[in-house]
Amino acid sequence: MLSLETDVLIIGGGMAAAWAAIAAAREGASVALVDKGYVGTSGVTATAGPGHWFVPPVAEKRAAAVAQRQAIAFGLGEPDWMERIIAQTYDTLPTLAPFYQFCVNDAGETVYGAVRGPEYMRALRQKVECLGVRILDHSPALELLRHADGSIAGAAGHRRQAGEDYTIRAGGVVLATGGCAFYSRLLGSQTNTGDGYLMAAEAGASLSGMEFSSHYTIAPAFSTMARGMSYAYATYYGADKKPLDLPKQAGRNRALARAMLEGPVYCDLGLMPQDIRDRLPTISPNVLPPFERRGINPFTDKFPVTLLAEGTIRGMGGIKVEDADCQTAVPGLYAAGDAASRERVTGAISGGGSINSAWALSSGTWAGRAAARRARALGIGQGRVEALGQAGLRPRRPAALDAMEVIKIARNEAIHYDRNYFRTEQKLNRSLGLLDGLWQTITGGLHGEGANVVRAREAAAITATARWSFTAALHRRESRGMHARIDFPAMNPAFAQRQVLSGIERIHSSFAEIAAEQELVA
Amino acid sequence: MIELLVKDRCTQCNVCVTVCPSNVFDAVPGGFPVIARQSDCQTCYMCEMYCAADALFVGSDCDNPEPVEEAAVIASGQLGRIRRDSGWDEWAADPRYQNQMWYMGEVFKRARSFE
Repeated sequence: MLSLETDVLIIGGGMAAAWAAIAAAREGASVALVDKGYVGTSGVTATAGPGHWFVPPVAEKRAAAVAQRQAIAFGLGEPDWMERIIAQTYDTLPTLAPFYQFCVNDAGETVYGAVRGPEYMRALRQKVECLGVRILDHSPALELLRHADGSIAGAAGHRRQAGEDYTIRAGGVVLATGGCAFYSRLLGSQTNTGDGYLMAAEAGASLSGMEFSSHYTIAPAFSTMARGMSYAYATYYGADKKPLDLPKQAGRNRALARAMLEGPVYCDLGLMPQDIRDRLPTISPNVLPPFERRGINPFTDKFPVTLLAEGTIRGMGGIKVEDADCQTAVPGLYAAGDAASRERVTGAISGGGSINSAWALSSGTWAGRAAARRARALGIGQGRVEALGQAGLRPRRPAALDAMEVIKIARNEAIHYDRNYFRTEQKLNRSLGLLDGLWQTITGGLHGEGANVVRAREAAAITATARWSFTAALHRRESRGMHARIDFPAMNPAFAQRQVLSGIERIHSSFAEIAAEQELVA
Repeated sequence: MIELLVKDRCTQCNVCVTVCPSNVFDAVPGGFPVIARQSDCQTCYMCEMYCAADALFVGSDCDNPEPVEEAAVIASGQLGRIRRDSGWDEWAADPRYQNQMWYMGEVFKRARSFE
């Protein structure tokens, strides 16, 4: 058993976690970071091209960027939060220059906003290491620890390569565990199983925006390769290999989902100009190899495609942060990146890569800094602590259940296009009935020994996240942004509010005015 | 999924054991690392990028194992391709493999213009 004390504990190993660690260390705090995988390769940033919302500090340009975004936020965006992440990203991203070689365009200008995932995460790791942060790779946190006064005291977890458990006491804890893609095969997402949502909810934190979890990304049917850029040049075909008539931009994926419910859909990238084809390997080096290794020429051959569920990765639900520091309702517990709800900056549609990355960088920075200041002010805290983990860890009566089988059941329910793109009360109730039953099975008996405990907790977190998503979808009896209800196809002004969920076993939904929250930033 | 570790190339540095986010490999004292949990592979290709010996091959199918022949994989030129195109390590100074990520914005812009 490894026992540590640190000012700040960061849980997670993607970009939000790394920026949180950097911010906390720059405040002079001692920082430990624990990740399920390896900081540098874990999570969806490492495999992607995470462009950042990068707008120069020119008042008109920033105002225009915010206004443009607010116009498509379906009434749920908050301009002051958008301004904050633009400013934070612009000031912070270039500080990575000693570790990351930013691109230079054909005109010889440095382009900061567009970074490549593997190099970006490698650079962030180097910076985190240089600042003296203690990184524990392959060491997933399993549960939070709580002081008697209700504040968070740290976390406990398992080091799966060292084969030992750990306990870390900290003055501030940042959850940067990513979103939840429900094991959908979305590129880089397999470690993103909603672990942070479950841990936060067990501690009493709320969730927000969980109904906005129905975004999908096109990919070859055999592959994880959810890199969207090339599909700007896609032609899609039905089972008869005749071109499908699809909307150009908004609504295309929904139309593709409808076609896929009827039969296989094929695609070629024949519209891509030759000079872009030639440049593709040095823009996104991982896009062509899956085709080549299968003997497919994607520019001339029609290959089968699928839609990979993004869950709350490109969806925006997550832990509700209550103030400008990204603190949750639980003292000492902060949330950042995809683990936190991103509605304030994206509204009811996906932020795509650039706003999502700006949010991850900014929320990570704020959470890390605030956690460090809290630890400095209040200390690490001593005395007895309570371990908060329940489902998958402490079942009522341990039973021989296969966590992977549980995951498969929850996955199939959570990622299905029909359930998410074409939501109805009937379908949502049906899914919730099944998932509630699964939840009873989990809390009744699921557990694991050694490294298997990690999978058991993933099964619990995935199932809990699916229940939150569908419950939120059920209560938002309208259509807004990515949340589309067949039985309530119109947007209803009465629902221009945040939906806040609390509870795990019994989930409570309430709607909150947005204006009331905005004062927090001022 | 991960399909192959080419022992003739592997230097037993165990970087794959360290960097795989899904903990697919196990180190073996005094020996080559092994693909211990293939079904946990998330087909992210990160192990290939970090393998400076170009000894690892990840297949295209993310759901099912697809056994491959080592000689065919070596002949395909795919080993180390992602690492090379990314301009890592010995390719860092090669002008053919400079990071062109910035062009992504242009790619989208050009696609919109002909729609």
